[in-house]
Amino acid sequence: MKLLIKGGRLLDPANGIDDQLDLLIEEGIVVAVGVGLNEDDAHILDVSNRLVVPGLIDIHVHLREPGYEYKEDVLSGTRAAVAGGFTSVACMPNTDPVNDNKTVTSYILQKAAEAGLANVFPVGAISKGLKGESLSEMGELGEAGCVAMSDDGRPVRDGEIMRRALEYASTFGLPVISHAEDLSLVSGGVMNDSFVATELGLKGIPWVAEDAMVARDVMLAEFTGARLHIAHVSTRGAVEIIRAAQKRGVMVTAEVTPHHFTLTDEAVRGYDTNAKMNPPLRSADDLAAIREGLADGTIGVIATDHAPHHRDEKNVEFNIALNGIVGLETALPLTLRLVDEGVLTLAEAIDRLSSGPARALGLHRGQLTAGHVADITVIDLDARWTLNAAQLQSKSKNTPFDGWSFKGAVSHTLVAGKLVFDRLEGRESIV
Amino acid sequence: MSFGHKHILGMDQLSADDITRILDTADSFKEISAREIKKVPTLRGKTIINIFFEASTRTRASFEIAEKRLSADTLNISASTSALVKGETLEDTARNLEAMHPDIIVMRHGHSGAPHYLAERCNFSVINAGDGAHEHPTQALLDLMTIRDKKGTIGGLTVAIVGDIAHSRVARSNIIALNTMGARVRLAGPRTLLPTGADRLGAEVFTDIKGALDGADVVMMLRIQQERQGSPLLPSNREYSRFFGLNPDNLQRAKEDAIVMHPGPMNRGVEIASSVADGPRNVILDQVENGVAVRMALLYLISGGEKMAE
Ligand SMILES: [Zn+2]
Ligand SMILES: [Zn+2]
Repeated sequence: MKLLIKGGRLLDPANGIDDQLDLLIEEGIVVAVGVGLNEDDAHILDVSNRLVVPGLIDIHVHLREPGYEYKEDVLSGTRAAVAGGFTSVACMPNTDPVNDNKTVTSYILQKAAEAGLANVFPVGAISKGLKGESLSEMGELGEAGCVAMSDDGRPVRDGEIMRRALEYASTFGLPVISHAEDLSLVSGGVMNDSFVATELGLKGIPWVAEDAMVARDVMLAEFTGARLHIAHVSTRGAVEIIRAAQKRGVMVTAEVTPHHFTLTDEAVRGYDTNAKMNPPLRSADDLAAIREGLADGTIGVIATDHAPHHRDEKNVEFNIALNGIVGLETALPLTLRLVDEGVLTLAEAIDRLSSGPARALGLHRGQLTAGHVADITVIDLDARWTLNAAQLQSKSKNTPFDGWSFKGAVSHTLVAGKLVFDRLEGRESIV
Repeated sequence: MSFGHKHILGMDQLSADDITRILDTADSFKEISAREIKKVPTLRGKTIINIFFEASTRTRASFEIAEKRLSADTLNISASTSALVKGETLEDTARNLEAMHPDIIVMRHGHSGAPHYLAERCNFSVINAGDGAHEHPTQALLDLMTIRDKKGTIGGLTVAIVGDIAHSRVARSNIIALNTMGARVRLAGPRTLLPTGADRLGAEVFTDIKGALDGADVVMMLRIQQERQGSPLLPSNREYSRFFGLNPDNLQRAKEDAIVMHPGPMNRGVEIASSVADGPRNVILDQVENGVAVRMALLYLISGGEKMAE
């Protein structure tokens, strides 16, 4: 079966392409890219006035399966993914049981195949049981399909374990993703350590808790020569440490979440538990530094840290609410706001959501020249819509962006040439 | 003129006019407490529930006396003894409370923002009797009443607040209220007990008690929690008392007629020397007495009271 995607503007940042170009797809692979393509026996997807980009890739999501299916499962999570324009997601191993062995990895991949929506790339645990004590069997995890190693949700406290994790993972060509925080400096904090925390009477998490751990891990990456990816950067200091390391040639990449480049700790006022995350929302100065880092490429990846939680886990006192928000269905519109504000060009924005993440984890995706998998996101840049959290595809509705108005929406999502989301049949919240 | 506040959640919501009105009302209620029959029918038929998730003898007793003197029907629920709140979510507690149709809930909670949670979701009025390290508005109001009693005014006075500012809801509420009333506020404590951005609170910050006391009209000492000692925040009570305790020596730096306040209970020999605690400048018992009057005034005002009963 052939599919011709016709009439759109193709933006493929990795190849410097931004033009009126059609795409011919056969057997899930892009076979031709050109002006005014025609193919008699192909189905035609008319994407006039639409932007066609490499399928978006989110390398930091929590799909919660196995173990926490009441928050999310692979099916609902990948539904949310494709509704948000993501054709691929990398899911973190803090499930129950933990994804620290090939059985769990295979289980997740089987669920993803059954769902048949987005590609799911599991991330394996650095340490057995996420305990930070002994390394998981990374070679076998890699064989089973894990694309990176992380203890996300908690830092690897012990420096020796982190050093050996970097060395051992690099043996198998796997990058290590660091959730960087010094827990002794977090010391029970629940939001950014700032004047807002003082006014609200909440215990703060100082920026140095993040910077200190980013510095250690970047130095360990330099020392071992291994590939390191820093998850959810939230501080100015972390951006500067990473930038300086990249200049020295250290193999370190970094991601930022849409909430960290959109909101500051002011959002916590009123004790809104949907403004409670780890790392916490930071100051306006940190936000400015993160945006600079995104623009100059120090931060090459936008990732959501999609963290579904049940209503009952958020509808409590701020101190005891769980950390995190859902992000898959708001990442693209929040990123497009950066384009509107002149922080990023459209090509940079799409790069940070597709080719950038593919590079960070070494995935052979994120571009649309002939021979590549036809993972494609079609965007209507002019669509105006208002988010109604109740209508999210995710099982959980924990978002601080409920009621926000956006410009720009996903119109079609295709995975390996197969249409998996069509906005016209999708969310009713899009008007 | 109606009071215009349904809830009392924090001093950040009250204007100087609101505060003056509360204090004036409290002055007239204070007279009731001096009568032989200390009861007026003002809140007859109103139901007030005092729900305390943290132990507090002083504040709860003060509210209870205030409620009884106004003839309200009162019920006490404490988290340590009641099945109603044991292991229950705040949402379920809120629903249960609402089902009892109270007019006012007085709430003490260990987590900042818990009274705000109730106020947003329920129909009754909420009075914050202390939430986490956030606010304790009725304590600030009784402190203001005591200062006004003793000094005739609040605006223009210099008030030194000394101690664990970082963890103190009493300090938070007082700093806000004193600023609203035009007093000059000074804070003093070791840097480990000063909150982030202390200099932005509308106060002059000292890491030395002497400077804070120089020429002060009011000295407000905060309680040092026992668990601070030996934590990363504080090496010992002994050292604390040497550098930040109030004693007859350093008190001489304050104005001759300066008053000494403490929200209680005091740690004698730690934040305050016994001789100062028992000395003539101490107004701690006035604070307790004013506490009842201020709480009567608040209950009356948020119940929609416009003119004084009797
Ligand atoms: Zn993390
Ligand atoms: Zn995460």
